[in-house]
Amino acid sequence: MASKVAHAYYLDDEVLMDAVKACKKKHYHIEDVYTPFPVHGLDKVLGLPHTRLAICAFIYGLIGLTVATTMMNFIMIEDWPQNIGGKPSFSYIENLPSFIPIMFELTVFFAAHLMVITFYMRSKLWPFKKAENPNERTTDDLFCIELDASHVEESELDAFLKLTGAEEVNFKNQ
Amino acid sequence: MNTFKNNIKILPLVLMVLGIIGLAISFSSAPSSTEEVEQILASQHHGGHGASHGDAHAADHDSHGDAHKAESHHAAHGEDAHGHNTHEVTVQDEAHTEHEKHLHHVLHQLQNKPWAALYVAAFFFFMIALGVLVFYAIQFAAQAGWSPLLFRVMEAITAYLLPGGIIVFIILALSGFHLNHLFVWMDSEVVAHDELLQGKQGWLNVPAFLIRAALYLIAWNVYRHFAVKFSRKQDEEPAGNVWYKKSFKAAAVFLVVFIYSESMMSWDWIMSFDPHWFSTLFGWYVFASMFVSGITVIALTTIFLKSKGYLAKVNNSHLHDLAKFMFGISIFWTYLWFSQFMLIWYSDIPEEVTYFVTRINDYTLPFFGMVALNLVFPLLVLMNSDFKRINFIIVTVGIVILIGHYIDIYNMVMPATVGVSWSIGLPEISAVALFLGLFIFVVTKALTKADLEPSGNPYLEESKHFHY
Repeated sequence: MASKVAHAYYLDDEVLMDAVKACKKKHYHIEDVYTPFPVHGLDKVLGLPHTRLAICAFIYGLIGLTVATTMMNFIMIEDWPQNIGGKPSFSYIENLPSFIPIMFELTVFFAAHLMVITFYMRSKLWPFKKAENPNERTTDDLFCIELDASHVEESELDAFLKLTGAEEVNFKNQ
Repeated sequence: MNTFKNNIKILPLVLMVLGIIGLAISFSSAPSSTEEVEQILASQHHGGHGASHGDAHAADHDSHGDAHKAESHHAAHGEDAHGHNTHEVTVQDEAHTEHEKHLHHVLHQLQNKPWAALYVAAFFFFMIALGVLVFYAIQFAAQAGWSPLLFRVMEAITAYLLPGGIIVFIILALSGFHLNHLFVWMDSEVVAHDELLQGKQGWLNVPAFLIRAALYLIAWNVYRHFAVKFSRKQDEEPAGNVWYKKSFKAAAVFLVVFIYSESMMSWDWIMSFDPHWFSTLFGWYVFASMFVSGITVIALTTIFLKSKGYLAKVNNSHLHDLAKFMFGISIFWTYLWFSQFMLIWYSDIPEEVTYFVTRINDYTLPFFGMVALNLVFPLLVLMNSDFKRINFIIVTVGIVILIGHYIDIYNMVMPATVGVSWSIGLPEISAVALFLGLFIFVVTKALTKADLEPSGNPYLEESKHFHY
C-alpha cells in the first residue's frame, strides 16, 4: 500500500483515457481508477489482465443446460411420462424440440445469475458494505485516477496532472 | 482510382466461363423423355447406393424390391414393376401405370434440376447484395459512428443488386412464360384440379407475380441509386451535412418499405414453391439468412482489401464488430429457423408438417448439416472474443456460414422443385461458379469507382478512432 496517494479528478472519459496513457508513459504508478460508468478500453490501457468471468459464464451455462435436461427428463419422461404434442414416444431425444426453449432459458438464467453473484463476490461487494471510492462524486459525474505519490514531488505531480486535464488534484496520507 | 491485379480480373471471368459451360452441359443433358429417365434410374441403381443422389431412391427401390422378392429375383425397379411372375393382368396394369407416373414425375424433377440450381445460386448472390444494402441503410438510420470507414465496401457490394435483380427477374419471367416448371401454381392444369390454389389465385397469378417482383426490385434499386449518390455528394460538399441528412431520411424510408417488400418477396419467390404451405415468419427467416450472408461478405471483402494494402484506417476493432454481427445474426437465424420448425413439429397438422417431413426424410443431410454449419460452428468458434479479431478465423467461419446459407436456400427451393432427385453436382456447382464470378466481377469493378475512404461523413473521425 502506498503511504501517500494523489487523487486527480476529470470531467470527461476521453480526457481520462488520455491522462491514463500519459501517466503510464511517465511510469507513475496508478493504484486504481474510479469511474461513474464503464469506460471502453480503460482496462486495456491500464494493462489489467483479461477478465476470467467469461469462462465462468460458459461453465455456469453448461450447468444450467445440465440442470434443465436432467430436470425435464425426470419430470416429463421418467416420473410421470407425458404425451407431448400427440407423440407418446416417452423419449427425451424424440421430443427434444419441445424441450429446447427451457434448455435455452435455464442456460441463460444460470449463466446470468451466477455470473452476477460471482462478480459481486470477486469485487467484495455485499449489502450494507461501506463505499471504498475516494469521493462520492465518482458515482455521479467525475472520473478519478488514484496515483501512488509516496516517492514523487507533490508540486511536480500536481503540475503534471493539471497538464493532463485534471480539474482538481488532492493528496492524501493513508 | 484503385486498381486490382490481373488475377483478380481474370478469376471471375474464368469462373463465369466454367459456370456457363457447366450449365450448358447440364441443360443439354437433362432428360427429355421417360425412356431416358428409365435408363438414368437403372444406371443409378446399378451404380450403387453410395451416390448422395440415389439415397432416397435407393431406399424407395429397396422397398419395392422387398415386396416383390418372393415372386421376382430382379432387384431393378423397372423390371420389378413389370413383374415377370405376376399372374394377374390387372395388377400388372396398375403397376405399369404407377411406374409410368413415377417416371413422369422423375422426368419433371430432372428437367427442373438445372433451372432450380440456376435459381438458387442467382437468388443467393442477389440476396447477399440486398442484405448488405439493408445493413448499410441501418448504419445511416442508426447514425452509427463505428462503420463509415466501411461504407465504400458496402456500396460496392450493393452494386450487384441491379444485375443480380435483373437475372432473378428474368428467371422468374421465364417461369411465368412456362419455359420452366419451377412454380407449380403457374401450371393451369394443376390449378384446375386444386381448390386451394384456386383460392390463392388472387395473389398467385403470373401477371401480379411479375408486377410485384418488378416493384420490389425497382424500389430497392432506387434506394441503392440515391444512397450511393448522396454518399458521394457528401464527400464533395460536406458543409452543413446536407447530403448526410438526405441519406438518413432515405435510409429510414427504405427500411420501412424494405421490411414489407422483403416479406412479400419471400412469399412470392420462395414460399410459393410449396403453394399449399405457409409460415407467418417466413419473411423474417429469409431476412436473417440474407442479413448474416451480407455481413459475412462485408467482413470477407474488408479482410481481402486490407490484405491488398487498402483501407489503412480500418482496424481490428471494426473487424471485431463485424464478427460480432456474424455471431449474433447466426444465432438470430437459428432462433427463427427453430421457431418455425418447433411450432409446426409440435402441432403436427398434416398440411403444415409435410414441409418438414419432406425435408427431414429426403434431405436429411442438408437439413441437419445446415444447422451445424449455420449455428454450431459459428457459435463455438466465434464465442471467444479474441477469435473475432483473427483474420484467418473470420475467413474460415465466413466461408462456412456462406456455404450454410447457400444450403439453407437450397433446402427452401429444391424439395418442391426436384424432390428426391436432388444432388449437389454439375448444375449446382456451375451455377454457383457463374454467379460468384459475376458477383466478384461487379463488386471489384464498383470498388475501383470511388475512393475507398469516404471523406465527408460527419462520423468519420469517430470511425477512425474506433477502438474496443
